[in-house]
Amino acid sequence: MARVLINIPRTIAAGETITVRTLIQHLMESGHRPNGDGSVVPRDILRRFTASFEGAPVFTAELSPAIAANPFLSFTMTVTESGTLTLRWEGDNGFDQTETRRISVT
Amino acid sequence: MKRVALLLLCCLPAAAQERRSGFADMARETQALQADDAMNPAMLWVQEGEALWSAPAGPAGQSCASCHGDAGTSMRGVAARYPAWDMASQTPIDLAGRIAQCRAERQGAPPLAREAPVLLALSAHVGLQSRGEPIAPLTDPRLASAVTEGASLWRERRGQLDLSCAQCHDDNAGRRLAGSTIPQAHPTGYPLYRLEWQSIGSLQRRLRGCMTGVRAEPFAYGAPEYIAIELFLMGRAAGMLMETPAVRP
Repeated sequence: MARVLINIPRTIAAGETITVRTLIQHLMESGHRPNGDGSVVPRDILRRFTASFEGAPVFTAELSPAIAANPFLSFTMTVTESGTLTLRWEGDNGFDQTETRRISVT
Repeated sequence: MKRVALLLLCCLPAAAQERRSGFADMARETQALQADDAMNPAMLWVQEGEALWSAPAGPAGQSCASCHGDAGTSMRGVAARYPAWDMASQTPIDLAGRIAQCRAERQGAPPLAREAPVLLALSAHVGLQSRGEPIAPLTDPRLASAVTEGASLWRERRGQLDLSCAQCHDDNAGRRLAGSTIPQAHPTGYPLYRLEWQSIGSLQRRLRGCMTGVRAEPFAYGAPEYIAIELFLMGRAAGMLMETPAVRP
C-alpha cells in the first residue's frame, strides 16, 4: 500500500465549497529513462485518479508520464450533505488504491 | 565611495554575511511546499516513520516505542544535537547511524543500509520532533578532533575541478552557479525532500552530490569523513532553527 496524505477541512458548513488536497507516494517512472545497462526502465505511472462522493464522481484526472513522483492533486467540491468521499488511484502494473474519508457537514 | 562600499558588501564571504537557511533562497512555490504539511511530500516518509516507530522488529518483538515511548517527548530536540559521541565504537555517530545501531544491536533486527527507505523514514520522524528547535551542537571534548577534521575537509580542495566546499558555500554563497543560487550550506532540514531526487535523502547523499559535482570520488556511505563534516556544519549552523523535513529544489 502506498502512503497517502489527504487533507480535508475539519469543519464544513452545508453548501460550502471545500478544497480537498491529496498526495500519494508513487515513483511515476516515465518509461523514457535508460537503466545503468542502457535498457529502458519500463513505465510505471499512475494513469487515473477518481474522486467520488456518495458514488457520484466529483473529480477525475488522467495522469501522464511527464508528471513528477509523488503526485499532488487538489480539487474543489461543494458539499451539501454529509457522506463518504472515495478517492481511487489506478496505474500501471495493476496499481489500484482506494481511500475513503467521511465528510460531515455541521 | 558609497559604490565601493556597496561592492565590498556584495563580495563579502558567507562567513561575514548574515546566516540564512537555504529556504530563503528557494522559489516561492518550493517554499510553499515545505511550509504546508499537507503538501510537503517528505511528510509521506514521516508518516511511514511514525508507523515504524511503534512497529516491533527483531526476535524480541521490541519497537522503538518500547524503550523510548512517545517520540514527541523523548525525541524532542535530539536531531538538533547530533552527531554525538558513541561509547561503543569510540567514534562520533550521526542520527541515522544511531538509529541503525539501535535497530541492529538492541532490537536485533536486520541491519539497515544507509539511504534505506526504512532508515530515512525513521530519521525523518525523529527529525520532525526537533522542528523549530535551535541547532545546539554538543560541547563534548571527545568530538573536538572530529570537528577540526571536518573544518579542514571543508577547506580542502578536491576533485578534477580542484574546488573546496568553502570556495562555493563560504566565498561565493548567494551568487549563482548556472541557474541556481549557491546556498550557505546549513544542514537545517535533513533528511529532506529534494525535487531533483524526487525523493527524500540524507545529508550524506547531498554531500556525495557535491563531491561528484566537482568530479571527486565521494567517500563511501557512513564514512567518518561525512560525520566530521556534519559535525563542523552543525557547529557552523548553531542557533539556526531546524526545519526537518525540509524541501529543496
